[in-house]
Amino acid sequence: MELFLHQVLAGLATGGIYACMALAIVMIYQAIDGLNFAQGEMAMFSTFIAWQLIEWGVPFWGAFFLTLAISFAGGYMIERVIMRPLHNAPILSHVAMFIALFAILNSGAGFIWDYQVKNFPTPFGTKSVIGEGLLSAHDAGMIGATIVMLLFLFLFFRYTRIGLAMRAAAANPESARLVGIRVGQMLALGWGMAALIGAIAGMLIAPVVFLEPNMMSSILLYGFAGAVVGGLTSPAGAVIGGLMVGVIENLAGTFIPVIGRELKLSIALALIILVLTVKPSGLFGRTVVHRV
Amino acid sequence: MSTMLLQAKNICAYYGPTQVLHGLDLSITEGGITTLLGANGAGKTTMLRSVCGMVRTTGEVRFRDQEIAGKATEDIVRLGIAHVPEGRGTFVRLTVEENLQLGAITRGNKAEIATDVERVFGYFPRLRERYRQQAGTLSGGEQQMLAIGRAMMLRPTLMLLDEPSFGLAPLIVQEVFSILKQMNRREKMSIFLVEQNAALALDLADQAYLLETGRVVMAGAAREIREDENIRRAYLGY
Repeated sequence: MELFLHQVLAGLATGGIYACMALAIVMIYQAIDGLNFAQGEMAMFSTFIAWQLIEWGVPFWGAFFLTLAISFAGGYMIERVIMRPLHNAPILSHVAMFIALFAILNSGAGFIWDYQVKNFPTPFGTKSVIGEGLLSAHDAGMIGATIVMLLFLFLFFRYTRIGLAMRAAAANPESARLVGIRVGQMLALGWGMAALIGAIAGMLIAPVVFLEPNMMSSILLYGFAGAVVGGLTSPAGAVIGGLMVGVIENLAGTFIPVIGRELKLSIALALIILVLTVKPSGLFGRTVVHRV
Repeated sequence: MSTMLLQAKNICAYYGPTQVLHGLDLSITEGGITTLLGANGAGKTTMLRSVCGMVRTTGEVRFRDQEIAGKATEDIVRLGIAHVPEGRGTFVRLTVEENLQLGAITRGNKAEIATDVERVFGYFPRLRERYRQQAGTLSGGEQQMLAIGRAMMLRPTLMLLDEPSFGLAPLIVQEVFSILKQMNRREKMSIFLVEQNAALALDLADQAYLLETGRVVMAGAAREIREDENIRRAYLGY
């Protein structure tokens, strides 16, 4: 029982990170109908920036928030400079650009900071906070930070005018223009926020998976799984999907002997396939009908 | 009365390589209701979209003293031109409240916005009952009312309406049109109305333009066009 509880809690902690990635993916997906494959690499790059700042002597939380600001600006610029010229281009051009971004950020990070695995500090410590080894302080911190961020996002989108404008721009760009919303700017804001959310995920998970240019590839896969499970059209679904993937992955890895640690990642892929065959719109998504 | 609010000169519009409007001239009087009539595919909707910069257009469009051709849609809207598009363009997944708030998204004064929401309720009391409901759950007539209400929230000088009668029961259409008339009078808001229902539009409007395959074939006072049997037979089919 103790083991079970431990695995569930640890699953929720990493699930929170997957939820962040899933949310970032869904935000972009809703705005431009494309899956941003580079979301993970953007998060990784942000985490390296934080690491660099800490190396230069900036205290952790200073580096944390500075990184958030830089990531937001970076995401905003990526939309304005790189994605905007492709606005009316076919979806394949978007995909090619996402892959290019992926490759550039990945090798760029390797070039600047090399491929050696680095330690990333945790601000929460590693002591147990509940019971003996049931939940570590860092896991608790991840859960807490995820909750705070989700709450903040919810309030932002639900109660602020700019949040409303962003939702409108994503839901119906043409109508949004007709009420005077600058849709392009909203898109760029969305990219900035997605980059910021990814940066939070990266900095929280880095103490667990260690910092190196490929650290986010499996995390992004879990994030995709979470987004697909919850439904690509539902931000709340993406969060729940991410948490579910975290818990399922942990439980299956512990209690199904064949899977163990080695096959954990396959669970994410199996989940994607399962959901896409059984309920393609995901648990909370709605079926999207395109008029031809 | 007869100062021009909007003047369009030599408008040509294109969808890809296809030219839809062929050198249209048209003007909208301040404070009046101008209607644009014509059969399916004559280019009525395209003309409205040209005014708002939503289609590739050449020619001049002057709004008051400003050239607006070539400007971005959102900038044109911010000048006080509200557009109720074909198919209403409501945000179906958002609530009625959010739809109305979006109509005023470019304005800052919260107290004024609250007054304007009340003003919209004055015209469309049914929206008050539906305030917290998702717009997609409203009936067609209510959605049209919401679309017009949302456009009102901009406090526009000019409202462009694209077939507000489309898909609505005749009684509802009567109601919507009489409210449009009231708005025009009380809010000093000029209206540019595109309609297939010519009889209805000519009753409401002061000025009318008749469009055929992207060209103006007739222009004049709505009353005269309504009373000219030859025109009615030839172009309006009633």
